[in-house]
Amino acid sequence: MKKDITELKKIIVKSSHESKEGHIPSTLSILDILWVLYNKIIKINPNKPKDIYRDIFILSKGHASLGLYSILANKNFFSFSEFKNFGKFGSILGGHPDRNKIPGIEASTGSLGHGLPLAIGIALGLKIKKLKNKVFVIIGDGECNEGTIWESSLLASHHNLSNLTCIIDHNHSTDRALKIDNLSTKFKSFGWETITINGHNHEEIYNALSQKHNKKPMMIIAETIKGNGIKIMENNPEWHHKSPNSDELKLILEKIT
Amino acid sequence: MRKQFVKTVENILENNKDVILLLGDIGIFNFRKSFKDFPDRVYNIGILEQSTIGMAAGLATCNLIPIVHTIAPFLIERSLEQLKLDFCYQKLGGNFVSVGASYDYAALGCSHHCPGDIGELMNLPEMEIIIPGTAKEFDILFNQSYDNGHPTYYRLSENSNNFDFPVKFGKAKIIKKGKKATIIAVGPLLDKVIEACKNLDVTILYYTTIYPFDKNTLKNNCESGKIFLCEPYYEGQLVAEIIKTLKPKPITIDFIGVPCKFLRKYGTAKEHDKSINLTIKNIETRIKKLIYG
Repeated sequence: MKKDITELKKIIVKSSHESKEGHIPSTLSILDILWVLYNKIIKINPNKPKDIYRDIFILSKGHASLGLYSILANKNFFSFSEFKNFGKFGSILGGHPDRNKIPGIEASTGSLGHGLPLAIGIALGLKIKKLKNKVFVIIGDGECNEGTIWESSLLASHHNLSNLTCIIDHNHSTDRALKIDNLSTKFKSFGWETITINGHNHEEIYNALSQKHNKKPMMIIAETIKGNGIKIMENNPEWHHKSPNSDELKLILEKIT
Repeated sequence: MRKQFVKTVENILENNKDVILLLGDIGIFNFRKSFKDFPDRVYNIGILEQSTIGMAAGLATCNLIPIVHTIAPFLIERSLEQLKLDFCYQKLGGNFVSVGASYDYAALGCSHHCPGDIGELMNLPEMEIIIPGTAKEFDILFNQSYDNGHPTYYRLSENSNNFDFPVKFGKAKIIKKGKKATIIAVGPLLDKVIEACKNLDVTILYYTTIYPFDKNTLKNNCESGKIFLCEPYYEGQLVAEIIKTLKPKPITIDFIGVPCKFLRKYGTAKEHDKSINLTIKNIETRIKKLIYG
């Protein structure tokens, strides 16, 4: 790792400022999870991004792409210099990730509710091929409004996809629309193992991602803060898809944690 | 065609270990042998079409070849965004085989009709569309294309033509040559077109692949500049493709197919054909009108 997580946050905010694009709060709610996942858990090699024995990660809430881009650049999948083109016409880095453009991206996402069924197909495919690779996917709590999350959750448990781990970014985006109550109880009743953690505590994230689940898929409900580390953004819906102006950027960079 | 689909896929499952069959809770009895022979490659996924298509795309990323099968409106219209984004946008290969066509399930009503499938899929870049006219033609076309790495739709129909032609994926077949007009017959409408044209001096082109559209055969067989298009789904879907293919040549074009309205009666497919005037007699009348005014 070349940069620490605070430096990555600064790159994310600056990119959003320069491009006037990007979903910063949704990105910061999952950055700690991505950090632990890519540094401690998944087996991947930037020199062989299509290696058949690699672990797979899918960012189903694709609007948090800046977070994944920053992690992949830090793992040398591509250069940090790509960030200056984020969202521009010819850039490889768009507002949502594209598997056909960016090394290390496994699925082109954007429309919510697609990543989990894709991940389930991959997990089943690996099982059919008798490969031991693991599959990880992050979905949003708002994304859990989509019917495909619940359809495909039935599929994952029915087919005993123990090679699959899903992490829900429970940043309470859904609270403004649809009450979802207890996610753990719901997914347990759909046949998953579940665990609830603080999605910003690296030790808890690591322990949850390392937990064995030999027969069932694992659902990690990560309690997170939208905009974590930037006080003016934290849990403030105004910032959902807003980029900071120059004054805001200066203030953010001074106080970011 | 449905029986042939089972035979064709049974054979492919036997010979290609990368093929995975996903059934939307239909055809379970017909595929009982495959369930027994290949329990890790044949699945009754259930009634969840959107997730089935997404899951199939996931399988495709593992270099597996999914075949998804259910009734046309559920396969296409319910899961259109998954077909668009998970397969077409991501450039993944998969096979989507429907039954029911426009109104084979006439007695079940509009929920089970699907005359809109072809127009909808024509709006998905990268999607290939195949409409065989007979069971044998399905077998030929499926074997030629199922593992080509593209998303491909196969529209099975209860209605078959009487004769098999040596069809080729992506190529139209010249059925007869004439001078007064060029008639384009799609899939199972060929028999009606041949009968309607038996006394007419026209060219008949038989299309079993809609996309990729065979431009060359049309370009080379349209001297009259008069074209009549016969489609077994919502009428006129190929008109823009025909105009693009032949431009700047001035052409006169007319078309027949299923009108864009809910067919609210029940009964049989034949009764619906009659009620929307998709008949041999009307095809002949309309072609004569195009030729002679």
